[in-house]
Amino acid sequence: MSESVVIVGGGIAGQAVCEALRERDPDAAITLVCGEVSAPYDRVRLSEILVSGEDPETLQLRPGEWYADHDVELLLGRWVTSVDTDDGRLELDDGAELTFDKLVLATGSQALMPPIAGIDLPGVHPFRGPQDCEAIRAAAAGGAQHAAVIGGGLLGLEAARGIAAQGCAVTVIHLLDRLMERQLDAGAASLLAPALAELDIAIEFDRNTTAIIGPEHATGLHFKGGDRLGADLVVVSVGIRPEVKLARAIGVECDRGIVVDDAMRTSIPGVLAVGECAQHRGLVYGLVAPIHDQARVAAATLVDVEAAYLGSVPSAKLKVAGIDLVCAGEAEGDQEAVVTDGAAGIYRKLATRNGRVVGAILLGNTRGSEALVAAVRSGEPIDDPLQALADASLAGPADLPDTAQICDCNGVCKGDLMAAVTEGGCSTPREVMAVTRAGTGCGSCRPAVIEIVAAAAGGLSDEPTYLCPCRKQTREQLAGRIRDDGLESVSDVANACGTGRECGVCKPALAYLVSEVKANRHQEERDARFINDRVHANIQKDGTFSVVPRMYGGVTTPDELRRIADVADKYHVPLVKVTGGQRLDLLGVRKQDLPAIWADLGMPSGHAYAKAVRTVKTCVGTEFCRFGLGDAIGLGIEMEKAWEGLHTPHKVKSGVSGCPRNCAEATIKDIGLVAVEGGWQVRAGGAAGGNVREADILATVETRAEALRVATTFLQYYRENADYKERTYDFIPRIGLQKIREIVLDEKIGAQLRERLQIAKAATKDPWLERDDPYHPRQFSDLDPPETADTAEPHLVGPPAGGER
Amino acid sequence: MTYACRIDDVPLGEGRVVTLDGQRIAVFRAAGGWYALDAACPHMGGPLADGIVCDRAVICPLHDRRYDLQTGEPLGAGDPVAVHAVEVRGDQVFVRVSTREAVAA
Repeated sequence: MSESVVIVGGGIAGQAVCEALRERDPDAAITLVCGEVSAPYDRVRLSEILVSGEDPETLQLRPGEWYADHDVELLLGRWVTSVDTDDGRLELDDGAELTFDKLVLATGSQALMPPIAGIDLPGVHPFRGPQDCEAIRAAAAGGAQHAAVIGGGLLGLEAARGIAAQGCAVTVIHLLDRLMERQLDAGAASLLAPALAELDIAIEFDRNTTAIIGPEHATGLHFKGGDRLGADLVVVSVGIRPEVKLARAIGVECDRGIVVDDAMRTSIPGVLAVGECAQHRGLVYGLVAPIHDQARVAAATLVDVEAAYLGSVPSAKLKVAGIDLVCAGEAEGDQEAVVTDGAAGIYRKLATRNGRVVGAILLGNTRGSEALVAAVRSGEPIDDPLQALADASLAGPADLPDTAQICDCNGVCKGDLMAAVTEGGCSTPREVMAVTRAGTGCGSCRPAVIEIVAAAAGGLSDEPTYLCPCRKQTREQLAGRIRDDGLESVSDVANACGTGRECGVCKPALAYLVSEVKANRHQEERDARFINDRVHANIQKDGTFSVVPRMYGGVTTPDELRRIADVADKYHVPLVKVTGGQRLDLLGVRKQDLPAIWADLGMPSGHAYAKAVRTVKTCVGTEFCRFGLGDAIGLGIEMEKAWEGLHTPHKVKSGVSGCPRNCAEATIKDIGLVAVEGGWQVRAGGAAGGNVREADILATVETRAEALRVATTFLQYYRENADYKERTYDFIPRIGLQKIREIVLDEKIGAQLRERLQIAKAATKDPWLERDDPYHPRQFSDLDPPETADTAEPHLVGPPAGGER
Repeated sequence: MTYACRIDDVPLGEGRVVTLDGQRIAVFRAAGGWYALDAACPHMGGPLADGIVCDRAVICPLHDRRYDLQTGEPLGAGDPVAVHAVEVRGDQVFVRVSTREAVAA
C-alpha cells in the first residue's frame, strides 16, 4: 500500500516535491499545506509583476484544477501548529488533524531584515511575496519621490528595475564596492553598473545603512560615517533567512537551515526537508535550479529509491529588460579567459581550475550560455578556455549536448525537450512547453526551446510557417520566385506557382510580399487586398467604415479640427472618438461617402485600417513639459513623415517619449523612442494587447538623428523578414534580440536596409487621393442606383480644402 | 432571371451588392466565373461582397468565415449561405433569386 505524505510549504519547493512524487507514485496520498492563501506561485517571476503590474495570479505554478486532477489535497491558508513524529500526526491552526507516514518540510525562507533602527517604519518593505510587490509598485507609481533599495544582489537589482519602470527615481545602496559580488567578478560588475545607470538606476557603493530615518514614515537612510540619503520608499533585499521555526519545534537538527543528508533526510526518520529551508553539506541554496534537483531526490527517497543530491552549481540570470546577464559557478578560477568590449557593454568569461570549467559569466552577449553553463555544471575538462568561449558564441542551442539544462526554472534538459518531440508526439514548441514545463517559468529560455523543438521536429510536423499552406510555399520560396522570375503581381505568382487560388486566405500576404520585394513598383491588384486596403478605411461590424486622418505626432490645428467637425456634421457621422494612438476616429461612415469625406477633410490617410506604419504617439517633450529631456513631438513628426505610407507585415504602432516618465507609452509600442539623459533609447517589440511586453532596447544613442536611423533600420529589417501578420513582439523573439541588434547596428547592412526603405518609400502615395483617381469606377459603390441611398451622394469632389500637406 | 449589372460594374476578383426582388444579393466576378450569394454572412451579417474571393470561395471580411461560391456551403464552421443562379448574356449579368423556402429545404 502506498504511503501518505504531507508536504508543509506551498512554495516552488513544496510544489516541486509534490510533482516529482506524483510522477514516481501514482497512488501516494499527498497533502500540500500552504500558509499563503493562494496556490503555489513562481516567486522567481515576482520582479516581472513589479514591472508590469500584472495580477500575481498569473504567477501560479499550476492551475487550480491541477491539484484535483492529480489527486493532491491542497490546504490553503493553513499553518501547522504541532507535529508528533512518533505517531505520524500533525495539527493545523484550525484544529484539524492530519496523519502521515512521511513528512516533507519545505518551509522556505524569510527576507532578512537587518536589526537597524526604523526597519519597522511604514514605507519600508522586503521584496519577497506578492503583497510586498503590490505595496512597492503602488508606492513607486503613486507619488514616492525617491526609492532606495538596500542590497545590490540579483533580487535587489530586479526590484530597482521594477521601481524605475514606474518612473520613480531609485538608488541601490550596496555594502560592498561591486554589485552581485557572489556571482560576478570585478570586471563584469564594473560594466553592469553603467548598464543599470542607463536604465535610470543610480548606485551607491560602500554604503553601510545604520538606520532608516522616520519619524512616522520612512524619509531617508542614515549611513555609517554620517551621510544621509532622502528616500520615502525603502526596499530591503539583503538576503534570506531559512524558515526553521517548525523544524526546531519538532526537534529536527538545525544549523542555519534544516540539516539534511544527501537523500534529503533530516535527523528524524521519516522527515525530509527541501528547498531554501534546507542546509545541505553546509550550504543553503536560494536559487531555483537546486530546488528542483533536491525535490527529485526527495521524491525518490520518499518511495524508498536510493538517490543522492550532491549539491548544485549555482547559476543565475538577471531578469532586467535591456541587460543580458547569465552566470554560473565560481566567479574566479586559477585560469581565466575573458573577452570584453567595454564600449558595447560585453563581458564574457570562462573560469577554470585544474583544467576543468568552474565558472562562467556572460554579460551583454549571452550567446552559447546553455553550453557554457552545462560545461560548468559538469566540470568539463577543457584545454583552451578562450577557444571554448569563441565556439560558444557561435553555437546555437541545437549544438548542445542532451544533458544541457535549458530551463533552469523547471530543470528541463535538452534531452527532455527532444524526447517530448521524438517520443511524446509533440510537434510544436507550445505543446512541448506544456508537457515539459520548459519556458513556463521566467521565460528567458523560450527562444532556445523553440529552436531546439524546431530542430528536433525536423521536416516532420513542425512545418515552417507557410505563406500559402495549401501549396506549402514559404515566404522565402515565393520571394525567390518573384525576384528570379520577375513576377509583377499577385496573379503572376498565382499563375506561376498556384499560390492563393484554392482557399484565398493568403492573398493579402502575397500582395504584401509582391509589393515589398518589388519596392512598391509592382502591379497592384486590389482583389488580393483585404477590404480595408481596397477602400482605405477600417470595416466595422455593421459593414460601415471608420476614418482616421493622419495627424503627425498627434498634433493638430484649429483648422483641421474645424474640418473634422464639419465632416462629422455633414455626413451624420454617428461617433467621433479619440483613439489610443492620439488620433481622431470618425466611425460609422458609409463606404460610398468615403471619397467625399476625404476631400472635405483635406488630410492624408492615417493608415489606421492597414498593416502599415500607423501612428506615432508622442508626449509634449521639451516643447512645454518641464520634465522633458528630448523633443518628442519634433522627432515623432519627423519619424511619422519618414515612414508614412509604408506597408508592413503587421501594423506598426510607434511612440516617442521625451523623458523616462514615458507619457507616450513608447515602451509598449512596436517601435518606441525614449529620451534619456544624454540621448535616446531605441526600443522595439513592445506590446499592450492580450499580452503586455516591454519593448526590447535595440540601442541607446546620443543624437536624435541616430535614434531615427536605428529605428528606421529596424523597421526595414522587419518589413523584409517578418512573416505576414507577425507583430514585432513575436518577430524579435523568433529572430533573437542579439541577432537583430547585430544586424540593425551594423553600419554597412544598416545603410543598405535604409536605402531599400527609401526606395520603397519613394513609390508610396496617399491612398486617399484615389478619391480623384479610383482603380475602378465602383471602387466605393455597390450596384444599386445612388437614389436608393439614404442621402444623395455629394455632387462636388474637389481638391483638398487645406491645400498641400 | 433578373438583370443585376453589367460585366464591367464588378472588378475582377471582387463582389458587389445589388438589391433584387427586395433581397440583398452579393454578385461575385471570380476567376472561375460569376456567382451570387445572399449578401449577409449567416454568421454575424458581415458583407460577403467585401470579402476576398478566390477560384471557388469567398471569405467574410468580419470573422473569416469561408463559403463555397457554387454551393454556399461553409468551408469550416457555420451555416450555409443561400446561392442564386447567375447567367451572363453578352455584357449583362442576370440572377435568378432563390426563394427563402427553397434555401431552407
